[in-house]
Amino acid sequence: MAHSEDDHEYRIKEGDHIVLKRGDVYKAVQIQRKKKVIFEKQWILLDNVVGHLYSTTFEISSGGSLQPKEDKETQSSTDVKVTGTDNRHIVDDGKSQKLTRDDIETMKEQGLTDKEIIKQLIDNSSTFSNKTGYAQDKYIKKKKKKYENTVTVLKPTCRIIAMMYHGREPGKICHLRYDTLAQMLTLANIHAGSKVLVFDTCAGLVLGAIMERMGGYGSVIQMYPGGGPVRAGMECFGFPAHFHDMLHEFPICHVNALLAGKLDTSAKDPTEGEKQVKVAAEEEQNQPEAEQQEGIPQEENMEINTGDDVGQDPEKLEKEKRQEAKAQERKEKLEEKRRKLAAAAALLEGRNADGLVIASQFHPSSLLLGLLKFLAPSRPFVVYSQYKETLIECYTKLKEQGGTVNLMITDTWLRHYQVLPDRTHPLLLMSGGGGYLLSGTTVAFDRSKPAASPLAEEPAPKRQKVKDSES
Amino acid sequence: MSFVEYSDLIKDGDVAIVHLGHNSVTPVKVQHGAQTQTRYGAIRHSSDLIGQRYGSKVTCSKGGWVHVLHPTPELWTVSLPHRTQILYTPDIAMVTMMLELKPGSVVCESGTGSGSLSHAILRTIAPTGHLHTVEFHQQRAEKVVEEFKEHRVDHLVTVRNQDVCKDGFGVTGVADAVFLDIPSPWEAVGHAKAAMKKHGGRLCSFSPCIEQVQRTCEALTEQGFEEIRTLEVLLRVHNVRDVTLQLPDFGPDPSSSQASPEAMEGASTTASPNQTSVRIKTTTLLREMPGHTGYLTFATKPRT
Repeated sequence: MAHSEDDHEYRIKEGDHIVLKRGDVYKAVQIQRKKKVIFEKQWILLDNVVGHLYSTTFEISSGGSLQPKEDKETQSSTDVKVTGTDNRHIVDDGKSQKLTRDDIETMKEQGLTDKEIIKQLIDNSSTFSNKTGYAQDKYIKKKKKKYENTVTVLKPTCRIIAMMYHGREPGKICHLRYDTLAQMLTLANIHAGSKVLVFDTCAGLVLGAIMERMGGYGSVIQMYPGGGPVRAGMECFGFPAHFHDMLHEFPICHVNALLAGKLDTSAKDPTEGEKQVKVAAEEEQNQPEAEQQEGIPQEENMEINTGDDVGQDPEKLEKEKRQEAKAQERKEKLEEKRRKLAAAAALLEGRNADGLVIASQFHPSSLLLGLLKFLAPSRPFVVYSQYKETLIECYTKLKEQGGTVNLMITDTWLRHYQVLPDRTHPLLLMSGGGGYLLSGTTVAFDRSKPAASPLAEEPAPKRQKVKDSES
Repeated sequence: MSFVEYSDLIKDGDVAIVHLGHNSVTPVKVQHGAQTQTRYGAIRHSSDLIGQRYGSKVTCSKGGWVHVLHPTPELWTVSLPHRTQILYTPDIAMVTMMLELKPGSVVCESGTGSGSLSHAILRTIAPTGHLHTVEFHQQRAEKVVEEFKEHRVDHLVTVRNQDVCKDGFGVTGVADAVFLDIPSPWEAVGHAKAAMKKHGGRLCSFSPCIEQVQRTCEALTEQGFEEIRTLEVLLRVHNVRDVTLQLPDFGPDPSSSQASPEAMEGASTTASPNQTSVRIKTTTLLREMPGHTGYLTFATKPRT
């Protein structure tokens, strides 16, 4: 009985963020009633998956509804007896398959399973029996992939979402490969209970990965540029509500003010209207895209409110009331925003953060130098860039400035293998590069002799030598 | 200080990491009255360490200085006393992500070895997870128990001194993830499966030899594991260098003789060394680097 209760957390519920999987293709979606989603060029309806267990495989029936797949039939049900020894007699004349495209389409329409279609393909292939056993396996596998009509529903994890983004939309995450993300999380010592600064314009994937590793303990401050933080990738993780309590946001346009101790986030008395407007106006300036449109009606409201004593007829009163409510709502929203800013500022002010992670398409050098000021000494930081040159600049500037040790620019090389009896080898294709990382550890800033000792480490004398030998 | 929680100040009984420069680090057990010798002279714990902030610069008796760092699993990996071959950070990072470890995960590991991976696992699964680690070598098991205590992570880990291939992990149906780094992982796949939760989980096997991988993959398939993937990850370090490259001299160019006279003058005096060479900032790769650590095989245990 304990099991069925146990199962509750593994059941798919409406509103859950899930990941659809077929082969190596993933897609993150949220389950909403009667909402059709497109997956691998097929429209599917997710209503039926609710109540089933995660990791269940479903068959896509006509109309796009999903049915749990009956049995996990053992692989080689299409038993093959006759095999060839090599491919010397196989000639590519384009005539080996007797079935035409139309024949196959008809079979599909008749509702034949992938297994049955593959059997037909084999029976109608004149060369199949001449293929070697290995080649036959490969043929079946290839066809299976093509005609398979199933989808597996997974619970999202960092591994799956990182692989999904890398496979589907690498441009959105600055081509950050999953193993590089793995290195970042480890090099930055991300763990529960710490206070981590993140600058992530990789769709919020890095943010999500960090939040997963912190398990709802500690705080994450997302430093963001422009109108608002990017979080689509983080949303895919489907975190429980309390995870969002640890997430804070801070616009980088206030960093200088905060560092100078000039950021005013103090709570004003709500009746003090003018101040409110001032804060609001300031916000408006800093968040042009997201908020400007809403800013205009507010000004109108103000005007109407001041001319209060004129309007007397009920219709006008009603209208006023509505506008007042709207203004109030707007005020509350601003107040909420101010509170958030104040909360994030309070976390940053101590300049005692435990880690810094930067992953963006911005030039990282000024970002890094600026945000490092919020870290306590002896804390790790890591910067991702698609381009090594930007990290060389960061490295050089940090060496000049001091205050860091263990600086290292790295990248990782990742290779997958096919492992089969007597046929083990690296996969034919591999990723050419997963981006570069600069990692290091902060130390107490030494003001007495800046730049003196770090510079001594650089191999400068060599140049001298070259020159000498020249003359 | 703890390996799973930062503190600001160095206290008596802490394990601190002394950074000697050039990425060379060494762990130090902080004790009242004790001294540690470095190539820059002695560090006196009572006056130089205790009460200081982690990250501080400490001047040693011979006048040289070092930085004292808060321990992390990554610093431990590059400074720990080797009792066996160990896993390094690039592999550890990959294992952590691909095993889907997070706070609260229950993990089984064998062998414990020198505890390099164990510390990284503990960091990630704290404060609510648990690590069951199995080591067949008695002294190694005892030593690592001692280290877990010193590093204040002992409440998160159970060390068992037994042979995982014969006796398994000592737990059933509790693990979200299993990690195998043993000579014959295929013999432990069944035990791994038994240790894992009913609803499923992830497994990783680390082996240096492809023959081991082959047999392990067969065993995994036999035991009904899915999504079996083998991969290899290597770290490349890019060292930043200033290099000076010579420029070729093609002699005077008659066709550009109408060029401004001051440029011609300049060439004969100050500018000439600048024109014979250029200085660029670039990176170089190591002449030799670790080219193989081990193959990482991952698999998913389905619901059973």
